[in-house]
Amino acid sequence: MIILPTNRNLADQVLKFSSWFCGLLIIGFFCYLFIDIIWHGIERLSLNFLISDPANAGRQGGIAPMLVSTLLLLIICISIALPLGIACAIYLAEYTNEHMWFAKFIRHSLAMLASVPSIVMGMFGYAFFVIALNFGFSILSGALTLACMVLPFIIRSIEDTLRNIPQIHRLNASALGLSKWRCIFQILLPMAGHGILLALVLGIGRAMAETAALLYTAGYVTRMPDTVFDSGRSLSVHIFDLSMNVPGGEPSAYSSALVLVILLLLINASTHWMAKKIRHRSNK
Amino acid sequence: MSRDKALHYSLKFLAGLSVSSLLFIIFYLVSESSIILQEVSPTHFLFDNNWHPTEGEFLILPIVLGSVFIAFGAMVLSIPLGILSAILCQFYAPVWFSKPYERIIEILSGIPSVVFGFWGVIIIVPLLAQIEAPGTSMLAGILVLTFIIMPPIVLIANNAFINIDKIQLQNAMALGMSRFSIIRYIIFPNAKRGLLTGMILQSGRAIGETLAVLMVCGNVVQFTGNIFDPIRTLTSNIALEMAYAMDLHRSALFLSGLILMIVVLVLILLSEKLETSTKSS
Repeated sequence: MIILPTNRNLADQVLKFSSWFCGLLIIGFFCYLFIDIIWHGIERLSLNFLISDPANAGRQGGIAPMLVSTLLLLIICISIALPLGIACAIYLAEYTNEHMWFAKFIRHSLAMLASVPSIVMGMFGYAFFVIALNFGFSILSGALTLACMVLPFIIRSIEDTLRNIPQIHRLNASALGLSKWRCIFQILLPMAGHGILLALVLGIGRAMAETAALLYTAGYVTRMPDTVFDSGRSLSVHIFDLSMNVPGGEPSAYSSALVLVILLLLINASTHWMAKKIRHRSNK
Repeated sequence: MSRDKALHYSLKFLAGLSVSSLLFIIFYLVSESSIILQEVSPTHFLFDNNWHPTEGEFLILPIVLGSVFIAFGAMVLSIPLGILSAILCQFYAPVWFSKPYERIIEILSGIPSVVFGFWGVIIIVPLLAQIEAPGTSMLAGILVLTFIIMPPIVLIANNAFINIDKIQLQNAMALGMSRFSIIRYIIFPNAKRGLLTGMILQSGRAIGETLAVLMVCGNVVQFTGNIFDPIRTLTSNIALEMAYAMDLHRSALFLSGLILMIVVLVLILLSEKLETSTKSS
């Protein structure tokens, strides 16, 4: 927020008016969207909706298998992407500078990876995990594809945290004769704990919002998955399928959308809380 | 080998592993689409009568144009909306308004695009159908895509406005420049590069958006300039046909994936170029 002098003239008034117009338009749209989803979504939302199987192609029944599939997808995705992300972030932040060609290569590749369109990522997942590695349409294939998608964001977030740790800690460590190994595992990583948690939650939020990459990797079977080699339908794919392929599926789609939005709001709130905590720490 | 050295090399290996998927993506796109490039001459993509890939007709041009129109339309609508509301947030609105407003935008930018798409199907399409049937149209796609890419644009613009040279700003105020002149002549030129880089990256996202566009656009392959006509984009073409595509058809879909990827890569290189040229100047 920058406070500027308020001497008024015509151009100023026009800009003021048009920016308020845009702002209120966006707020109005936001309220409309949320009230609409809450209003229609709350009708079918109950504990029963969350814990029962879908019936009649999803028109009746609940979303229990989708919640389980989504959870499995997230767990596998994060348990692959987070360790890999931490390793890559440590390498970039602690072992490289701007001029090393390998670091440049990694950085450029990550920037590109971050902007691969999700359907292209889905094609790759289909060709590689589903067919070449023979995982079939399965939660495992979907989760691996999601892991490729969220990895660049996790790496950037953790690398930023590591780079924000004051240099003095590294100097102290080497003055005390600590090895790089101990410096990383006993000083830097514990200090970056909140940042890693933040990256984790950001990754979960991204993975949960993803749909297109899952269509041809995790598939859209509505059954409760028994193992990770079963096909499973995530919540977002469920909303897509209900609104496109199931006439009369709107009430269930509304309720599923409400569940998904509530979950993402919780994630947003927790990232805010964590970011605040990190800022608080670095100000100390 | 010491423990430190082992750590260094294993971290380096893992870093390489994390970007290896990009190489695989490019490898698959190129190798799968090379089948059709070898067997079908490129003129087919531009001059065939229609898109009937199972019958050997590969007219991909209208689908490419569909993607371009929709992404362009959404950028045209969302850039002024986004920049103006960032101006409101930074310079005109009182704090009690701008703080929650920023928060709302942030939440909006995290909403899955499938929810926007669903909402488009329920609300926007019937609304447009009242003006001109069938409702599932290019305009519906543009509107839904606008809602999807506008929140990140506001966030980018906010950032660009915050990161300006404070000294210049203070000088301008000391000179007694009016609020409008400061925004127009100091803040805007300062933030221009940041805005431009962000916009370029967002247009990549607009081109790549899939399901929300698929849900509201009607997906008819045709040349049209009428915004009330249904249209198909490259991304929805892949999503719709991947399930049953075989041989040349499948290869044609990978080719459209490759086109998408090339467009996005060019946009990234462009924004990186802009960024480095700012640093050096």
